[in-house]
Amino acid sequence: MTKTRIAPYPGDPEITDDLVRQHGIDEHEQGLIKEILGREPSFTELGIFSALWSEHCGYKHSKRELRKFPTDGPQVIQGPGENAGILRLGGGWAVAFKIESHNHPSAVEPYEGAATGVGGILRDVFTMGARPVALLNSLRFGPLDRPRNRYLLAGVTRGIGDYGNCVGVPTIGGEVDFEDGYSGNPLVNAMCVGILKEKDVMRAVASGVGNLLISVGARTGRDGIHGASFASEELSEETEAKRPQVQVGDPFTEKLLIEASLELISSGDIIAIQDMGAAGITSSSAEMAARGGVGVEIDASKVPVREPNMTPYEILLSESQERMLVVAEPDRVDAIIEITERWELEAAVIGSITDDELFRVTWGDDVVAEIPGVKLVDECPLYTPEAAEDPEVAARRQNEPPSYEGSLVDAWTKLTGTPALASKRWVHEQYDSTVQASSVIEPGANAGVIRIPETKIGISAATDCNSRYLSLDPYEGAKAAVVESARNVASCGARPIGITNCLNFGSPEKPFVYHQFLQACRGITDACNALKTPVTGGNVSFYNESPTGAIPPTPVIGMIGLLEDVSKAVGPHFMAPGDQIVLVGETKGHLGASSFWAYIMGASVGEPPPVDLDAAASLVDALVHLAENNLATSIHDLSDGGIALALGEACFGPTYGTDPLGATVDLSDIQAEISDEAMLFGEDHSRAFVSVPTTEVEEMLQAVRDRGLQATVVGEVGDVGGDISVRLRGGIVSTPVSTLREVYEDAIPGALAKVQAN
Amino acid sequence: MPRVAVIRFPGSNCDADTLRSCAAVGADAEYVWHREESIGNADVVMIPGGFAFGDHLRAGAIARFSPIMRAVIEHGRAGGPILGICNGFQVLCEAGLLPGALVRNQNLAFISRPLYVRVESTDNPFTNQYTRGDEFLVPVAHGEGRFVSSQEVMDRLEGEDRIVLRYSRENPNGSLNAVAGIANEERNIVGMMPHPERAADPLLGETRGRIVFESFMKTAGAV
Repeated sequence: MTKTRIAPYPGDPEITDDLVRQHGIDEHEQGLIKEILGREPSFTELGIFSALWSEHCGYKHSKRELRKFPTDGPQVIQGPGENAGILRLGGGWAVAFKIESHNHPSAVEPYEGAATGVGGILRDVFTMGARPVALLNSLRFGPLDRPRNRYLLAGVTRGIGDYGNCVGVPTIGGEVDFEDGYSGNPLVNAMCVGILKEKDVMRAVASGVGNLLISVGARTGRDGIHGASFASEELSEETEAKRPQVQVGDPFTEKLLIEASLELISSGDIIAIQDMGAAGITSSSAEMAARGGVGVEIDASKVPVREPNMTPYEILLSESQERMLVVAEPDRVDAIIEITERWELEAAVIGSITDDELFRVTWGDDVVAEIPGVKLVDECPLYTPEAAEDPEVAARRQNEPPSYEGSLVDAWTKLTGTPALASKRWVHEQYDSTVQASSVIEPGANAGVIRIPETKIGISAATDCNSRYLSLDPYEGAKAAVVESARNVASCGARPIGITNCLNFGSPEKPFVYHQFLQACRGITDACNALKTPVTGGNVSFYNESPTGAIPPTPVIGMIGLLEDVSKAVGPHFMAPGDQIVLVGETKGHLGASSFWAYIMGASVGEPPPVDLDAAASLVDALVHLAENNLATSIHDLSDGGIALALGEACFGPTYGTDPLGATVDLSDIQAEISDEAMLFGEDHSRAFVSVPTTEVEEMLQAVRDRGLQATVVGEVGDVGGDISVRLRGGIVSTPVSTLREVYEDAIPGALAKVQAN
Repeated sequence: MPRVAVIRFPGSNCDADTLRSCAAVGADAEYVWHREESIGNADVVMIPGGFAFGDHLRAGAIARFSPIMRAVIEHGRAGGPILGICNGFQVLCEAGLLPGALVRNQNLAFISRPLYVRVESTDNPFTNQYTRGDEFLVPVAHGEGRFVSSQEVMDRLEGEDRIVLRYSRENPNGSLNAVAGIANEERNIVGMMPHPERAADPLLGETRGRIVFESFMKTAGAV
């Protein structure tokens, strides 16, 4: 049964060049489409091409670079190309995980934008057959002194919380950063971690001619139409008018969808399942068909809709949330409906698998779209635009502020109370972090850790990116993001085993931006090779531009770490007075691109600290060894703010239930050549503070030195409520721990309250 | 071995944690779907936390119309032990099995953190293994956890020793008299906002939440 005459749906507009441009398709691409079809596209077909050939779905400017990432390793079960990556944990268990952006929707409608970002990433993970067990969020806003940024922070936090809390998946970590460059274009990246048995891995590959396509979950409405295209444009003054393109989430339906989907997968009744995410029914069906080398035919009139009079164009491009597309043999439909009805969800047969490799849409008996499927998905045009470094950046890299004349205690206190570095408790107290009763290390630490119930296995996860480093040197900055995320999970005692990434950049059509992208990809590749942490997938978000320009380059790394014995997990806080404090790694006092220069000297300049990848790998190895052999009571890695910030956080203790501890540290003779502020605030990589009982010190030092790293006892953990006191060559810097902790805890609530009082 | 029915509404999300905590103390715990009409031969009913019906309208407001609630109410009226945790507490109030109501937190935000609670009363199936005055750290995670009631109801709760748990150091949700958990007049039905099932495993730190589960085992004569 081949139907080839395309019948325009009544009321569809005429195809003009203007209309094609409005769909984000340029003259060259318009020519390609005509060539593929052998005729002008119908309105429905134009919408389909516009969505699948958008940057968001088609990866037009990034695919060639993404292909260079290392993706192999004995632990890899599923690399890039599926809804989520999967890594082997041992004992038959595996972890599925992915990070994704929801920047543009959150910029116009922070609550729904962030909420649906969480919903989408959950679906990417459970569609692989994995039960979601943890969420992380990497968030970036402009400074809190602007009302719009406060509105965005509050809305995004509430949106993430309301969604994650309702579906019952704990939020165990992430980051929140505040930086001028994100005013007007905040970043909302959500990461989900799920667990499954290796044997239960599900892939979204359609097969079997005559098998049926079934839509499961929420009905299709007019929300989010063209969200994928919207995500592929720059934000402008008119963006506010695109609010209707933002989807609306319903976490209650999502909870049911998780249970129903996992049951469908384990029942053996289905062949494939995929989330209807960006570009909805269109992308999910076309992608599943392309992976399986088959064709699909969808009768749009059979899709359950929320509103009357929806056109095929709207139905195909709707991004209504909480919908899944399932492929199954015809005789399994009753069983599938029985399962979905038990979970109080709707299921409807909307199409079938064909042998002609075409992507065909009908409205009853009329064909409204017919496109060669593979060409639609795999032959999206790819571009390698011009790339060049901005000379202004090169100049800033050579710059240096005058030497610091102020008080070191004042600088330490001010840095501790800078919202970007301070406690994020105001945010993460709004997220349920303990549901599922498996959160071993909760938000606010180096990384989160959860255990797999009824096993000894623990999973650690962290997200990291210091975009100031990338702004000044995208290659070193991207390496830094990878090694920091590895250091963070290793500080919990977990061995880093793989990453997902969310590459947030401005417009790739601008040479300065594309240069950043190319260098950042190269940095990720080099660092992941050195750490043996393959890339398993992720997401690219281009066109993060507002009227004030592109965002800082922000490739967020989501790292997964494995703890074979979760009872060995180590926290970041000093545990007991009298424990020895060991500084691991080499201190060179590198202040270029540091928080100290940025927030104290007001100068985001200089070269970021270079990453020695061998040292980074050795540090990871050393920290994991210390945890496994009970040679550390706490580990805190050193990053933003250097020794000063890490020492403070290690002393503060967990926020609840314990009082902070003091510490006495002597750094006056570990490195003679550097200034006191460089010692205190330098951001050299591959360092950590480790606390250890006196009886274990020798063994601990030896274990670190055996791995070619420096390790020096620099001090001792003090008493409850004592002082943090640091001896430098120029004298002692000291502050009561409780004062410093108050500054740390009050920074964000204070910034919000101060404004309300005005 | 005591049999526990863990009631599952479509949006329950602490069901698995609660079931695991029951099993950890040796109870025979099973899920009962909200559309069922009987709790079988269960000795104890647990209504776990979550968002029973997505909390549309009001937390717990729709759940009380589920078919299973008739059986739960009968079990309670006959003196059978019932524990509602978090959303389960809200459901019990909405169903009229416990007095008062749980409204939006004072700070209008979701609160997820451990809080200190003090055991104020041990004369019920779920705290009888504590010593009055015991204080421990237990996670709360709720947006609508602020307990309110008329002065008359509060006077009775206080006078009749029916405040089971009280926030002892901080009361961030603004509950009246810092109430964290209460019992009904007959003391067989208890509701609490904190999550004892999240404080019952040494791996996660605090373990004294487990005593809630040991308590009903004692009542049932299994320990």
